[in-house]
Amino acid sequence: MARISAGVATSHVPAVGAAIDLGKTQDDYWKPLFQGYEYSKQWISENPPDVVFLVYNDHANAFSMDLIPTFAIGCAETFKPADEGWGPRKVPDVSGHPELASHITQSVIQDDFDLTVVNKMDVDHGLTVPLSLMFGQPQSWPCKVIPFAVNVVLYPVPSGLRCYLLGKAIRKAVDSFDRDLNVQIWGTGGMSHQLQGPRAGLINKAFDQSFLDQLIEQPQQLAEMPHLDYIRHGGSEGIELVMWLIMRGALDQNVQVKHRFYHVPASNTAVGHLILEH
Amino acid sequence: MSIDKPYEGIAGTTIFDHDMARQGYHLNQFCMSLMKSDNRERFKADQKAYLDQWSLTEDQKQAVLARDYNQLISLGGNIYFLAKIFSTDGLSFQYAASTMTGMSEQEYKTMMLNGGRQSEYPFPDEKGV
Repeated sequence: MARISAGVATSHVPAVGAAIDLGKTQDDYWKPLFQGYEYSKQWISENPPDVVFLVYNDHANAFSMDLIPTFAIGCAETFKPADEGWGPRKVPDVSGHPELASHITQSVIQDDFDLTVVNKMDVDHGLTVPLSLMFGQPQSWPCKVIPFAVNVVLYPVPSGLRCYLLGKAIRKAVDSFDRDLNVQIWGTGGMSHQLQGPRAGLINKAFDQSFLDQLIEQPQQLAEMPHLDYIRHGGSEGIELVMWLIMRGALDQNVQVKHRFYHVPASNTAVGHLILEH
Repeated sequence: MSIDKPYEGIAGTTIFDHDMARQGYHLNQFCMSLMKSDNRERFKADQKAYLDQWSLTEDQKQAVLARDYNQLISLGGNIYFLAKIFSTDGLSFQYAASTMTGMSEQEYKTMMLNGGRQSEYPFPDEKGV
């Protein structure tokens, strides 16, 4: 049977992808950030997943104002890196897992989570930057990836509780897939940041550290946190953090923290990173 | 009955909700058009003429020409869509963010290196921001 073996949380700042692509990871500005992912690359080489279920958000690339799904699951065989306005990142195409994606879709819709099925989609930095952080710069990604896009751009976004419960439904779906697969679930985005208006540049370390603590120890309680608190304390774009609760919901109540890292700044953003096993 | 929007009280922050999205629909779709290289070239060659092909309000057009991102956001623009404009200009997200804060790019960079704009947490007064 398939099983979810671990959860990973990480920010997906586009400038981090640019730093990797332009060979700047050892620059003074970026070095402390990338040092925080050295353990992670070692860990994932020792714990290679067959499939990563990757929760992220699109940033007005695959989805314009034409179509805005709240939860969209990528069921295609391949996904190409998006051209976000300055040419696609020169990273490998992403190979999907249509069988598992379809199985999860069928299962969670029957558990009342009405997903949008996407069979054609380019994937932006929200998905490719986490892959680069964890796997470096391989010729091809070493596993299959199921992209799972959450609307966190057009308010209201799904609640933390909705995301947490969706994680549980995804767990149930993976557990019932009749093939022996090692699946990891990643939640990406965050941490505190605000990219717009006179309050741009907001960072809130206390909020972020509290979020990390609660995500590990009291996820159910954290899931009850209203949107307003994310925006007020974590910035208008900090609301991306609801996506981490999908990851957390798919893990057991008790988790083992293999790695925890926090760094400010990456461009406009606080970077947080966790590796959880159960 | 109207929909409760408690986030409207947060200073210096505009939440891109459905009312804003309705107001900014054509503006944001214009921004999306700049993801195509041909369109970027046409826009750069004659910005006014390119904008006139879209159903933007006059205020929205003027704000695009002025690269007034606070004004664009107040007129329904969303930052991820507006990013297509400053990307077309070859400018970074950090630069664009700095223009909205009244700081120079260098002042803004320095603020970020020093840990960003500080926010109290937890808030002593739930109503104050």
